[in-house]
Amino acid sequence: MSVPTDRQYSAEHEWIIVDGNVATVGITEYASNALGDVVYTELPGVSEEVTAGEVCGEIESTKSVSDLYSPVSGAIQDVNEDLADAPELVNDDPYGKGWLFTVQVSELGELMDAAAYANHIGE
Amino acid sequence: MHEAPFSPLLNAHERVDARLTDFAGWQMPLRFESDLAEHQAVRTKAGIFDLSHMGQVEVSGPGAAQLIDHSFVGLSSTMEIGRAKYTMMVAEEGGVLDDLIVYRLAEAEFLVIPNGVNRTLVVDELTRRGGEGDTAVIDHTLSRALIAVQGPVAAEVLQGFVDIDLTQLRNYRCTSGFLTVAARTVPTLVARTGYSGEDGFEVSISANDAEDVWEALAAVEQVSRCGLAARDSLRLEAGLPLYGNELSAHTTPYDVGMGRLVHLDHDFVGREALRKRSEGEGTALIGLVGEGRRAARAGASVLQEGEPIGAITSGILSPTLGYPIAMAVVTEGTVEGQVVDVDVRGRTFPMEVVALPFYRRPKTT
Repeated sequence: MSVPTDRQYSAEHEWIIVDGNVATVGITEYASNALGDVVYTELPGVSEEVTAGEVCGEIESTKSVSDLYSPVSGAIQDVNEDLADAPELVNDDPYGKGWLFTVQVSELGELMDAAAYANHIGE
Repeated sequence: MHEAPFSPLLNAHERVDARLTDFAGWQMPLRFESDLAEHQAVRTKAGIFDLSHMGQVEVSGPGAAQLIDHSFVGLSSTMEIGRAKYTMMVAEEGGVLDDLIVYRLAEAEFLVIPNGVNRTLVVDELTRRGGEGDTAVIDHTLSRALIAVQGPVAAEVLQGFVDIDLTQLRNYRCTSGFLTVAARTVPTLVARTGYSGEDGFEVSISANDAEDVWEALAAVEQVSRCGLAARDSLRLEAGLPLYGNELSAHTTPYDVGMGRLVHLDHDFVGREALRKRSEGEGTALIGLVGEGRRAARAGASVLQEGEPIGAITSGILSPTLGYPIAMAVVTEGTVEGQVVDVDVRGRTFPMEVVALPFYRRPKTT
């Protein structure tokens, strides 16, 4: 199970890379495996305000719908528009091409490093 | 050690890192690689499914045909040897206790295949309904395995292992024969039945032979191992009901469009209740299709001009068709082509009423 060390993680299985005051967010390989084939993503709108720890969207797989939580507070800067036609990117490349959205960060939520996340998922 | 009950193929599934799930108290594979890839494999080539959680119950003896007739809504005593029939067991009040397949293996021998979740109940009811009779009801499930081979090349694949001429085995027929796998010859009962909407077979074997048969089939290049997730999306496209979704003890066969299975002119448990229901009103099972990519899921409310008329019982984004499909149980009176509204997590989406099935396999010569 891949847990890249170049980023941080939330307890709800999101990853986050912070560059300056912009953060890129996605879900982890653990989460995308658990979901199964992703068929639809509902992402927040650009410039929408999101709050750390609160639901900001949904990820739907063949079997079920899961809430998507924002690991940070701030305003959505960008969303991954490739996912509309190719939601399977979340499964194929959850840490790269399967990114979900970017945020202009006003406040970070509770985050953990790769080692702590690996522990969290029982690795 | 695995806790009973468990499939004789559980080790084989663990060896390939299948994602397991609890199903009817058994650890069964939910998926091997990808739900969508497995679904696609069955529609284009062949998939194998471990169905060992499903019951294999023998009903035999001089009173067998009578017991079978008395226990199910259909008439089975008139079945020829080597025939299979889809039927239902209902309670005295008419609610469906299980939907299942009955095979006639001999004049006085039947094999009943209940759903895993209802197996012990069906065995108990068969025993109870037999009364003082001279009929044996024997649950062979834990010493057997059941493997489904489904898909357009299923016959070609299975023919490579079995001494039965599959070109002579028509739909809803069964026969016994032998499989040759891993340099051994093992006895089997093969039926041309399935739950996927494709051509296919359900192969019953001894638990001791299960791994050899499974691995031999899995090694065939055109065959994919398939789990319960794919099984569900395939059957929904084929418009087939699932006990626990469309069927339950709260619905009669008439309430889910299965009145044709009921033969009221023979004595069976639940007959009077069903006779009353057949003359009265209730609900209907409808197919719904939508646009976009969001599936309506089980439990979602169905509305006609703002008024709730029922609920979705199963729904997915159809992998084969590419749009949302759903089955719903609603008050009688909707018509094909009619548009209803479905509540999906607080928002309503239009869906159109269509005839089932959503998908029919292409006809081959």
